[in-house]
Amino acid sequence: MDAIFLQVLNGLDKGGAYALIALGLTLVFGTLGVVNFAHGALFMLGAFCAVSVQKVLTISTKVRDESITFFEAYKEVPILEAKFPVVGGFIVDYSVPFSILLAIPFMLLVGLVMERGLIRHFYKRPHADQILVTFGLAIVIQEIVKHYFGASPIPQTAPDIVSGSANIGALVGLGDNVIYPWWRLIYLGFSLSIIGAVFAFLQFTTFGMVVRAGMQDREMVGLLGIDIQRRFTIVFGLAAVVAGLAGVMYTPIYPPDYNLGMDFLVLSFVVVVVGGMGSLGGAVLAGFLLGLVQSFASMTEVKSIIPGMDQIIIYLVAVIVLLVRPRGLMGRKGVMED
Amino acid sequence: MNKFSAISDWVLLFAFAAAVYSMPIWLEPLGADYPDLMQRFAIFGLFAIGYNILFGLTGYLSFGHAAFLGIGSYTAVWSFKLLTMNVVPAIMFSMLVTALFAVVIGFISLRRSGIYFSILTLAFAQMSYKLAYSVLTPITNGETGLQLTLSDARVLDAAAGIEVTRSLPVTNFFGIKMSGMPGFYFCATVLVIGFFISLRIFRSPFGAMLRGIKSNQTRMAYTGLNTKPYLLWAFIISGMYAGVAGGLMAVTDPLAGAERMQWTASGEVVLMTILGGVGTLLGPFIGAAVIKYFENILSAYNTTSLTQVFDFVPEALQPIVVDVVSLFVGSGWHLTLGLMFMITVIFLPGGIMEGVRRIGSIFSRKKPTAAITSTPSASENASGA
Repeated sequence: MDAIFLQVLNGLDKGGAYALIALGLTLVFGTLGVVNFAHGALFMLGAFCAVSVQKVLTISTKVRDESITFFEAYKEVPILEAKFPVVGGFIVDYSVPFSILLAIPFMLLVGLVMERGLIRHFYKRPHADQILVTFGLAIVIQEIVKHYFGASPIPQTAPDIVSGSANIGALVGLGDNVIYPWWRLIYLGFSLSIIGAVFAFLQFTTFGMVVRAGMQDREMVGLLGIDIQRRFTIVFGLAAVVAGLAGVMYTPIYPPDYNLGMDFLVLSFVVVVVGGMGSLGGAVLAGFLLGLVQSFASMTEVKSIIPGMDQIIIYLVAVIVLLVRPRGLMGRKGVMED
Repeated sequence: MNKFSAISDWVLLFAFAAAVYSMPIWLEPLGADYPDLMQRFAIFGLFAIGYNILFGLTGYLSFGHAAFLGIGSYTAVWSFKLLTMNVVPAIMFSMLVTALFAVVIGFISLRRSGIYFSILTLAFAQMSYKLAYSVLTPITNGETGLQLTLSDARVLDAAAGIEVTRSLPVTNFFGIKMSGMPGFYFCATVLVIGFFISLRIFRSPFGAMLRGIKSNQTRMAYTGLNTKPYLLWAFIISGMYAGVAGGLMAVTDPLAGAERMQWTASGEVVLMTILGGVGTLLGPFIGAAVIKYFENILSAYNTTSLTQVFDFVPEALQPIVVDVVSLFVGSGWHLTLGLMFMITVIFLPGGIMEGVRRIGSIFSRKKPTAAITSTPSASENASGA
């Protein structure tokens, strides 16, 4: 029971990341009709927002180490912490959450520039061309990051107060031996709230209503005198922000390197296709579902029956879903069918 | 098909063969005349030519061909380990085993088209890659990669009385050692054969059928034709090309690793095909050669050598120039590749071959009609169907 509960948490947590990336991909596909292979790179850029913020905040200076009295010893301390011990230390500790403040405007800008500069010219081109050009863009973004940050993963730390593990078993009445890292729980909550926010934005605002109408019938909305193109561009920026935030918050869980985006891209495409191209609910559902499936397949009991199951389960599920439910779990008719 | 095109095809084939075999001569001024690099030109050229039979003719974008490359490599190394160091059986086995995999993967993936096909092939390739790394370690030797050892059985070699005593054996073609230049000539021969087969496919009714599927599959189906067998054959053939390319990689360097199967390797062959010119005969080979050449030349630069190159720049500007250029060379050469690729897709969707044709049409001042490398029009071919 404990093990199953832990796997559920694990799965939801992984699924949260998948769902966030897949949500952005689907938003872009549903509005602009563009298959964006650079979406994984946006996730990676978000993660490197956190890295840069941490780098800037921890520019260090040498300070006399008072704890050693035998000789003159120096230690490196972030300038911020040395100048303002209380506030500075707090900011350095919370560098990951603070990076969100940088990530939102930065990712929005990246998204808008990308859409206006490149994607716009590819609306009418075949999907294969869109895949290829965004794949090229992903390589370019990746290489630029690699040039400035190096090729090795850069670990990030969660704030001290949540860096430990939560005794979650006691909270839900399962006994004391079910513990789970706090930050992963926060990530789950974070992804759920972002997903909720995106859906609320689309459902309850006028802007969202227009966008939804545009997804249904773009031409009709245009005929009503609404500049649907401009709104779709903003949606692209929004998708970039969602991917970026998912990346920022993911850094304490998995140290980011320049290749992070490519790993997630393949998975999130599988998620989108399983959920059904163009269906937002499908993307979220499939994200959590595949996360759960993957975490259950990694249990030793499963692995002892079918070795290697944990490695291939996601792709296996994708193949089966694509063959028996051609439109994915919640796909609409006539999307991406030829 | 008229007589002229048949003759021009032979001319094209011989010109291609001559260009490939004389590589050691004309690549010398470019600084690329060493066997290792030329072998890679031939191997990746073959890979891209095969990929083009699927992507170029049918328009089905596969993101999983690297799996076939890896399977071909593993099979060839196993043939070296178990049977003989002779390369001929190794290549044969690579071809057959990949064909088997291609039948299964193709049969399932081709039930869907468009992006779903891409994702399905991607899923299969990723599964192969992950399994090669984890559970299949007894067959693939996991992260270390499959290597030759002194204690390998080599049944046929042992029967022929060839004993290995001290050093690891070298792959051979009936006694000729396949390292250095002989290795290149072997790869080049396979490449020319592959090019010939691809040429025949392009000109055949089968090729015309594939192009028909690309331009309008629904209409092909309405004429009462079942397009699936044609697609499956195209998939299998291009998979076999990839398998042979993988086998050749093992011939020139008897080591097979799983990283060959990663999906980015599939991406690379797509880049080669697009850069050279998708759907053209020569394009894929040219794309592969250009990419491998630049990979080799550009990645050799480092800050020190760049400083020497930009010696003429005023001293104050020198660090800036070197810094900017170093983004694009050395370990950052992938950036150049990505940019090159984006520019190709945006401005020149037909790749290098289209560029050549456009330049040619400026000079000839004629309507850009079929150059020797372009494919004859569909109607011309349909008459032979």
